[in-house]
Amino acid sequence: MKWQDIVKESVGALAVNKTRSLLTMLGIVIGIGSVIGMVALGQGAQNTIQANIQSIGSNLLIVRPGSQQGPGNPLRGGVGSATTLTLDDAEAIEEQVQGISGVAPEVSSRQQVTARGTNTNTSITGVTEIYSAVRNIAVTEGVFISSQHLSRAAKVAILGPTVRTDLFGEGVDVLGQKVRINKTDYTIIGVTVAKGGGGFGSSDDAIYIPLTTAQRYLTGNDKVSVINVAAAEAGSMTTIQADITTVLLDTHHINDPASADFSVFNQADIVATASSITQTFTILLGAVAGISLLVGGIGIMNMMLTSVTERTREIGLRKAIGAKNKDISRQFLLEAVLLTLVGGILGILLGWSIALIANKLANIAASVSLFSIMLAVSVSTIIGIVFGYYPARKAAHLNPIDALRYE
Amino acid sequence: MIELKNITKTYQMGDVETEVLKGISFTIQKGEFVAIMGPSGSGKSTLMHIIGALDTPTSGTYTLDKKDISAMTDDELANIRANTIGFVFQAFNLLPRATVLRNVLLPLVYAEMGDAERIHRAEQALRAVAMPEDRWLHHSNEISGGQKQRVAIARALVNNPKLILADEPTGNLDTKTGEIVLATFRELNEESGHTIILITHERDVAEHADRIIHIRDGSIEKDDVLRTRHKKH
Repeated sequence: MKWQDIVKESVGALAVNKTRSLLTMLGIVIGIGSVIGMVALGQGAQNTIQANIQSIGSNLLIVRPGSQQGPGNPLRGGVGSATTLTLDDAEAIEEQVQGISGVAPEVSSRQQVTARGTNTNTSITGVTEIYSAVRNIAVTEGVFISSQHLSRAAKVAILGPTVRTDLFGEGVDVLGQKVRINKTDYTIIGVTVAKGGGGFGSSDDAIYIPLTTAQRYLTGNDKVSVINVAAAEAGSMTTIQADITTVLLDTHHINDPASADFSVFNQADIVATASSITQTFTILLGAVAGISLLVGGIGIMNMMLTSVTERTREIGLRKAIGAKNKDISRQFLLEAVLLTLVGGILGILLGWSIALIANKLANIAASVSLFSIMLAVSVSTIIGIVFGYYPARKAAHLNPIDALRYE
Repeated sequence: MIELKNITKTYQMGDVETEVLKGISFTIQKGEFVAIMGPSGSGKSTLMHIIGALDTPTSGTYTLDKKDISAMTDDELANIRANTIGFVFQAFNLLPRATVLRNVLLPLVYAEMGDAERIHRAEQALRAVAMPEDRWLHHSNEISGGQKQRVAIARALVNNPKLILADEPTGNLDTKTGEIVLATFRELNEESGHTIILITHERDVAEHADRIIHIRDGSIEKDDVLRTRHKKH
């Protein structure tokens, strides 16, 4: 029997029962569609979270005051809750730790900010000039804080785009205008590039002022809230993390590392933790979708078994006029595979639509990878073979005499 | 062309062995029109299944067209059915939602040949059974019983079989339509020289053949030659 003939016979048999074929296929469409859609959503969420974390800087280590937190909760450092870090610590790290590309201490506090009658509550961050490199912040208008501003403790401010919109609205030239923070006027010299995201302290909703200015007018002491350290290479972050700990234990005269009055966070750890959470969700969603795919496969088997019973006489006739066992089994197997294959392709389109809708509505960068498409096509074909095999075998081994007599 | 030697068939049902055929021997020449007649339970259906290569005998040899098919495998039997035998059934067994033409084409699906050749053969077969051309594209559940059986005969003819095996072909038809179908068989036998075996329990039907082999209780009771005619082929 020629393979074209097997295809023709299979397609013909499916076309005779269009409604049933389509309904059976629907199980596979939904199964494959949800697997692809859910995995795309999970990966999209993972990508979004990773991009958010990466946007705060690359190869970043963050030193916060206060004791070390448990590993499951590394993000809640309690900024300002303890004041044990100083500019001297930052200098010590810069001098003694190898393989770092920048140390950027910062002082932050939340303040009420007013300008031209409007006001907002935002985070005021006192920074040094290297902060823009370490925390990956660029200005879209004007300039960032320079060493002159620092040495003069100049009353200048760089606005995050969210603050700028809150205070001045869109499309207003803010350079040279004043903002009032804690009874002191600051001249706006720049606006930072919007980085989007959030959740880990949006850099868009902040005002940057020179570190010296912040210490003089806002905190009134020489403590810093956070020391940002950028590693030159991603591979050396763990070593640097240990080195920073050693240096700070030394400068703080602490012998027991367990009673350290500071914590060092590694950005890679944060990324890894967040990734493992989203990965778990992806697996969970994928598994639920996989169950619906399994149910779809059982639907195929159910329909094929019904079909074999209904077409017993036809099978008997085909055998009487010369069909071999393998001709019959191939036809029935191909019918099942065609259902799952076409269902799989429609399912990919469905999954793709789910991903697109998620992109539009939920703003998750869901993406359907080529890998998941290939996986879907091969999985649906395998489902067709696995769930079609038994009915096909059953059909092929019908005795033609009994089959012809079947009522 | 057909030679049966001492064919037996025994069915095992639990501990009980039933001998359905008890040593059947006969020979049928090419171009003969033979009826195998017997009451139900006589073993004529089992005999038909063996002659039709749907089943194999328990013992004895069956030679069809110089090939011993008493001990063939399933696939070899399928090949014999595909190339040597054309079946006509009591219940027609047409695919209901397929056209007349499609039904006649069905056996050729299992024979490797080009589409043009297939269509040509199907048209020839439909003409041979005098099926009106305006019915060819009708679905097979839209035509009358007599036409259905003629389509089934055309389907049996389409692969140029050496032997046409008809199992109670008039069983589901009224007498008048049955006569037309039997006349079609006679015509195929006389005009084209087809070898035809007719299985029936009705004497009236069997008498359309030239020779009647009577079966009773698994043995040949009588082998009557009704007429010997000069064949055109």
